[in-house]
Amino acid sequence: MITYLEAIREAQAKALADDPRVYIYGQDVAEFGGAFKATKNLASAFPGRVLNSPISEDAMVGSAVGAAIEGMRPIVEIQYADFSTPGFNQIVNHAATLYWRTQVKCPITIRLPSGGTAGSGPFHSQSMEGVYAQYPGLIILTPATVEDAYSMLLEAVAIDDPVLFCEHKYLYYHLKAEGLPTEALPVGKARIARQGRDATVVAYSAMVHEALAAAEELSADGYEVEVVDLRSIKPLDTDTILASVARTGRLLAVGEAWPWGGVTAEVVARVASEGFELLDVPPRRLNAKNTPIPFHPNLWGTHRPTAPTVARALRDLLRL
Amino acid sequence: MLLARLLEEKLANLYRAGKINGGVFLGKGQEALSASLGMALKKGDIFAPLIRDQAGRLAFGEDILDAVRTYLGSKLGPMRGREGNVHRGLPREGRYAMISHLGAMISAVCGGLMARRFQGQTGVVGATCVGDGCSSTGAFHEALNLAAVEKLPLVLVVANNQFAYSTPNDREFACKNLVDRAIGYGIEGHTVDATELDACLDVVGRAVERAREGRGPQMVVATLLRLAGHGEHDDAAYIPEALKNSPTGRDCLKVAECTLMERGWASAADLEAWREETLQQVEEAVATVQREPAPDPAEETWCALSTQELDDTFRA
Repeated sequence: MITYLEAIREAQAKALADDPRVYIYGQDVAEFGGAFKATKNLASAFPGRVLNSPISEDAMVGSAVGAAIEGMRPIVEIQYADFSTPGFNQIVNHAATLYWRTQVKCPITIRLPSGGTAGSGPFHSQSMEGVYAQYPGLIILTPATVEDAYSMLLEAVAIDDPVLFCEHKYLYYHLKAEGLPTEALPVGKARIARQGRDATVVAYSAMVHEALAAAEELSADGYEVEVVDLRSIKPLDTDTILASVARTGRLLAVGEAWPWGGVTAEVVARVASEGFELLDVPPRRLNAKNTPIPFHPNLWGTHRPTAPTVARALRDLLRL
Repeated sequence: MLLARLLEEKLANLYRAGKINGGVFLGKGQEALSASLGMALKKGDIFAPLIRDQAGRLAFGEDILDAVRTYLGSKLGPMRGREGNVHRGLPREGRYAMISHLGAMISAVCGGLMARRFQGQTGVVGATCVGDGCSSTGAFHEALNLAAVEKLPLVLVVANNQFAYSTPNDREFACKNLVDRAIGYGIEGHTVDATELDACLDVVGRAVERAREGRGPQMVVATLLRLAGHGEHDDAAYIPEALKNSPTGRDCLKVAECTLMERGWASAADLEAWREETLQQVEEAVATVQREPAPDPAEETWCALSTQELDDTFRA
């Protein structure tokens, strides 16, 4: 059995082994193996290529841009997605604009350990993907499975543009698979995680599993809910979403991020704009509550969407 | 120095005539410092110039046409109309293209130097120039600290031109001299009077050599006065007359010309001939670019990614 976290480590080991241009830069990533041990043993296996950085997110990302200009393919580990904000400028204004401005490619992978876990509080739980998705020039991946964590991270390193790899901390240890995948859908393709005919849930990252659990609950009542795992939120696979809505006529978009704008709003907007006639009822969204992310597990469990709240939202949608 | 000065004077004239979109930002007063840095660097080094580094850009090999094309918006320029004025470069030739956010280029140069080290290249220097205003940013601190930790061959030139836009030094920092910060980073610091070309060539040249020899990051804090506004839209009325008339307010180009004549290395006639010849070069470049096409929206890819198939597709 291999966990989601181990898949991320294995993907990095393979990237380092396959390509001398790859190196890893981040806080505590060397001998210590990273705050989550996502780089455990990599520093000794690849001497000089897994480097500890100072606590300087701006300079970490800025240096990756310079290294990419010189032909390297850096992987930057930001310790928590929340801490990417001090590096925000380099991500959105430097990395994301480099190719468009200069025609020099910027193949950097920025790993963002994302999303909430119990007891993590407002500054170790955030889902930043929607914020970054607003900016052109970035690719944003949100793997929901062990297989995707592995194959999409390898693909991220191979892509010639800056990739934000939003790996979910809740899935690190909870999610296990039999082994590493030998084939994978390409980046940019969503996946039908569960087939159904009565309603479509569009989700990504950890929310895919909440949606699958909710779909299971509803199947006991005779409803068949289709779950679309976006896999990548930029690019967004609008075709797969529309095809699913064409089958079901009902749409619920679920995201762990905050409700204003963001991925779920984009999904609903695109379906309303491009597939209005496919909808039997108004589309719905379910997001985290519009407050900072609370510390206590009781509050946190209510702040973010969970299987019971997804199921409730689906029942509302199916009653319409 | 002379080419940079005359080129920028021409660009300022074009700006006043309404021939340039956006702004024009002059390096007037900073040419000696900037040219010294460009001359000290070798082919294969990395240089991330900032807003007032026309002289350094030219000294490090920039084609004058690149500058004129970017200012005038020719689609044949390196930025093809997507970027303007000082936001230009050819990164693959070691000339990084600055973004506007101050301090951002320092860590990029650090990363470039880390890459060269990964690739086994030695004897490479990376240099960048910032102003007194940039020294207040977090990016400045993060990047200098990173450079020190990694012992990178970085040369950071801080051109203290007394004003960050309109804000004087005493509202920008409280240390006695910015070079004192070098101690805090554990790197070598140097000061220079940037109105003296001789001194700039010496101090900047030595800093570049020390970096090349493996002595780690070098910080050069240069004192000068910006002899123009922040941009040509700014009349710089906030600069006191006393400062303009002080030794700091001297024009480095005039000082250099006087030195040449005092030492008998050039006559007034020589200087005049150089000026005529340089002016001719500037006029020819501008005339060439003025005949070139502007960017055409219909020819744009409107795609920010190099991997075009991964561009997010919006269908109106």
